[in-house]
Amino acid sequence: MIPARFDYVRPGSVEDAVRALAGGGDDARVIAGGQSLLPLLRLRLAFPDLLVDVGGLSELRGVRETAGSLEIGALTTIYELTRDPLLTAHCGLLAETATLIADPAVRHRATIGGALAHADPAGDLPAVVLALGGSLLIRGPEGEREVRAGDFFTDYMTTSLSPGELLVAVRVPRLGGDWGFRYEKFRLTAQSWAIVGVAAVARRSNGHVAEARIGLTNMGSVPVRATAAESAAAGAEASAAALREAGSRADEGTSPPSDLRGSADYRRHLARVLTGRALAAAAGAS
Amino acid sequence: MTAETVQEKEVGRARARKEDARLVTGQTNWTDNIQLPGLVHIAFLRSPLAHARITRADTSRAREATGVIAVFTGADLAAEQGSLPCAWPVTPDIVIPQHPPMAVDTVRYAGEIVAAVVARDRYAAADALEAIDVDYEELPPVLDMEEALAEGSPKVHEQGNKSFVWPFSNGDIEAAFRDAPVVLERTYRQQRLIPSAMEPRAVVCAPVGDEFTLWSATQIPHVLRVMLALVTGIPEHKLRVIAPDVGGGFGSKLQVTAEEVLALLIARRLGRPVKWTESRSEGNLAVHHGRDQIQRIRVAAGADGRLRGLDVDLLADMGAYLMLVTPGVPLLGAFMYNAIYKMDAYSFRCTGVFTTKTPTDAYRGAGRPEATFAIERVMDDLAAELGMDPLALRERNWIKHTEFPYTTIAGLTYDSGNYEAATAAARELFHYDELRKEAAERAAAGDPVRLGIGISTFTEMCGLAPSRILGQLAYGAGGWEHASIRMLPTGKVEAVTGSSAHGQGHETAWSQIVADELGVPFEDVRVLHGDTFVAPKGMDTYGSRSLTVGGIAVVAACGKVREKARVIAAGLLEVSPDDLEWSSGRWQVRGDPDQGKTIGEIALATFAAHNLPEGVEPSLDSDATYDPDNFSFPHGTHLCAAEVDTETGAVRLRSYVAVDDVGQVVNPLIVEGQVHGGIAQGIAQALFEEAAYDSSGTLVTATLADYLVPSAADLPAFVTSRTATPSTTNPLGVKGVGEAGTIASTPAVVNAIVDALRPLGVPDVPMPCTPERVWRAIREGAAR
Ligand SMILES: Cc1cc2nc3c(=O)[nH]c(=O)nc-3n(C[C@H](O)[C@H](O)[C@H](O)COP(=O)(O)OP(=O)(O)OC[C@H]3O[C@@H](n4cnc5c(N)ncnc54)[C@H](O)[C@@H]3O)c2cc1C
Repeated sequence: MIPARFDYVRPGSVEDAVRALAGGGDDARVIAGGQSLLPLLRLRLAFPDLLVDVGGLSELRGVRETAGSLEIGALTTIYELTRDPLLTAHCGLLAETATLIADPAVRHRATIGGALAHADPAGDLPAVVLALGGSLLIRGPEGEREVRAGDFFTDYMTTSLSPGELLVAVRVPRLGGDWGFRYEKFRLTAQSWAIVGVAAVARRSNGHVAEARIGLTNMGSVPVRATAAESAAAGAEASAAALREAGSRADEGTSPPSDLRGSADYRRHLARVLTGRALAAAAGAS
Repeated sequence: MTAETVQEKEVGRARARKEDARLVTGQTNWTDNIQLPGLVHIAFLRSPLAHARITRADTSRAREATGVIAVFTGADLAAEQGSLPCAWPVTPDIVIPQHPPMAVDTVRYAGEIVAAVVARDRYAAADALEAIDVDYEELPPVLDMEEALAEGSPKVHEQGNKSFVWPFSNGDIEAAFRDAPVVLERTYRQQRLIPSAMEPRAVVCAPVGDEFTLWSATQIPHVLRVMLALVTGIPEHKLRVIAPDVGGGFGSKLQVTAEEVLALLIARRLGRPVKWTESRSEGNLAVHHGRDQIQRIRVAAGADGRLRGLDVDLLADMGAYLMLVTPGVPLLGAFMYNAIYKMDAYSFRCTGVFTTKTPTDAYRGAGRPEATFAIERVMDDLAAELGMDPLALRERNWIKHTEFPYTTIAGLTYDSGNYEAATAAARELFHYDELRKEAAERAAAGDPVRLGIGISTFTEMCGLAPSRILGQLAYGAGGWEHASIRMLPTGKVEAVTGSSAHGQGHETAWSQIVADELGVPFEDVRVLHGDTFVAPKGMDTYGSRSLTVGGIAVVAACGKVREKARVIAAGLLEVSPDDLEWSSGRWQVRGDPDQGKTIGEIALATFAAHNLPEGVEPSLDSDATYDPDNFSFPHGTHLCAAEVDTETGAVRLRSYVAVDDVGQVVNPLIVEGQVHGGIAQGIAQALFEEAAYDSSGTLVTATLADYLVPSAADLPAFVTSRTATPSTTNPLGVKGVGEAGTIASTPAVVNAIVDALRPLGVPDVPMPCTPERVWRAIREGAAR
């Protein structure tokens, strides 16, 4: 890798990290696992003056249980998400999705905080956290604030993080046993990004879907909720046919990109088909 | 021979490769690992535009930058840089444009070099690139071959966009098509591919006085040395080229590159050693690409499926310039369209076209995968048209095993083969009949996931090549290979080979051959290659030629050593050479086997040279150069089962069976590895890879995030097996395996997809068969 010149600090505490970031202003960048940032540096698409390496902040690593929710430290690696017992038990959607990201080498370095802060609309975790109704804990010079996922992703690869702020944790609800989940990732090769991804959680009651939440990957410049499909699914029979019908409204209100991987109309089609399948799986429909 | 002695033979053993420990751990001299005192680093500035005139190149800011030693533009080097060579002028009137290693006034593809920075480290060199100001006057890009040939198209070169037209025909093609009960015409597109060798290209060049050593990640140190001498005027004997361990090539390193020439020229200018290593995205732009042809194929057949004639009209994208063998690549396919089939007439025409894209050249299979794809696709379509089983159609037309040697309509003589045996074996391993039944049931039930079966009964020509034939095809060099054997005084053996391995396992295979030929242990053989001072003669490695040509040279060199050893042994034993017989590494007296000398004892006695026979020189070495009489023709039957999700267009390969006939096998593990890698690379063309350009001529697949090379996770477990019909053109009976899998698998996969979708009105899916393309083809089929 032959990046342009930059300065580098490796703070020993969250406070020092925030101070270093605030001092660096617009030209400072956090580096966590480096799996998104290093390619940008290598291709000379990013020119930060200062890298603040948060890799040493072990307090930001791991999953904790709090009242009704789980708090995932920003430095928890994607690999750790795949096998964390709390996540596996209470937030299977995150654990399952993590297994579908990149390859083992990348998963061992990449962090959940980096994946969310990077806010790539083709990234899988933003739509998942959105579907879960999660929120993000952010530490800045002024202290800590909590932002709902729906308010965090503001534009293409842009978040509500200000210069000087550090994402410290992700909070997701503990889902009870009546919730099912599924992430449908449609990609060209096992290690490539989603053309479209559908994250669905559904609560089943008496053979029907009582409630469903759906997040879409790569159907716009930010991850989006498929609200029309969610309403259509609510109260629907938990059958493949009924949920396919609900899924057919998944692309309403989206504006998917057209690129090398797929045209916008193909993405719309995929979103509809995959949402039907994700809902059916989440609702345990046969 | 008893079963036991067969067991003792090295040839045929599944030896683990002796070179792997250092290759796999990387503890070796990859070119980029080489460090020399005073080494400085080159970075190249490349054109961002497909086609433009350079109106100004200002390097003054870059020259001032920290750590920068020198900056060169094409104008600076114009007087000495010459033109990159094309060694295959396929027709007398071929247009071979000037190809300066660094563009002087015009750039013709995005990625062409426009300037070079030399700096103390790679970081400073890369920084300085950003300080070079180049002004371009844009010219219209030429991206489509058919448009390039149309009247009024913008020109890539002053001489126009057509490089050559190369025709071939045999038999009465008009008669074959006249009144033919069935005539099919198809057009296939061989998309552009990027050979993605594991090791990127790299060059190091060190001058000492007026002598130069150049290390390069190349497949062809010998050819490169000759060509560099011709291009730069540096006398050949003052130029040493070393291909140290090289991490794959697939043809992409069968090249004389601009970067190699420029490294040499810059080292000469500066009088100090230089290094250049490309990044992956630089490589995607500038490594020569492969394939990129439009194939119009017409076939005429009888109502019973018997082939009457085949007519092929090919457009081949040369890219912006002709590289080392660019124009010859489609010709290698010209003799393969008829494949394993008998027919009355064949006609072929290829037009080489210039576009403003990266030049194309050899890529694993070079011309033969394209040809095999077209014929095997059309055979499946013809079977569908006739309502015949596609295997039965092939059987009706293929050369029977009793008919070899067989001279084909394309004029090649296939020495041996047994298509019946390979096909029968494949059919059984695949459970052909059961899968056919399941496919029909799914279609009948309207299952959204369809099943299709794809067939490829391929052959190819390996062992490039008889020099005489290369001469007839206007290739600039021969097709022989060289080897020498050096017996060391302690009985160990150095085997020097002109075949320059870049990952194939030559060191292991050659050791096995030498062990058998000289009766020495496998471990006692050291194979030397890849350095023109150590292995001075060679034609290098490409075209599945190493074993069938280079391996035979090794056999011949061993034979010469054995014969000389016989004379020396006779002297030592005080008998006549005629009284001696060779028995596992030993010359012994016929009828008195206790009396004998091992090759090791003879080597030591030769070293001492105390009592050699009159007139015998005190050395036990030999040189042999082997020029094959004919190509060899491996073949096989590959069967693929693909499931197609008609709702999304996703394709899943459910099973893949490959029965290859590569003749005698020296090392089954190596063969297995080549088959696996080859199949994977062919599947990559069918499903995943494409070098795509946008409408301005920018390569949009410049990184591995966009150019999708599949991994094991994307492939089914291959079921492989072999039949072994020895080649009759060489003493080992070997045929070559380096390209077989790649040639076979692409049509097997696409045939499977089309087979699944034919009931839905889908006649074809363009490659790579991405889910979106499959989905669109299904929608168009439904609309039909
Ligand atoms: C080969 C490959 C394949 C991939 N495939 C996929 C895929 O299929 N799906 C997918 O979703 N992702 C994929 N990724 C991306 C990977 O998941 C992300 O790179 C990763 O999650 C980002 O985490 P990181 O720790 O490496 O972030 P970094 O690269 O270190 O940082 C990324 C960005 O986030 C910022 N940042 C990081 N941490 C914080 C923080 N705590 N607070 C504030 N800002 C922060 C950085 O400043 C930077 O802008 C792939 C990556 C690679 C290299």
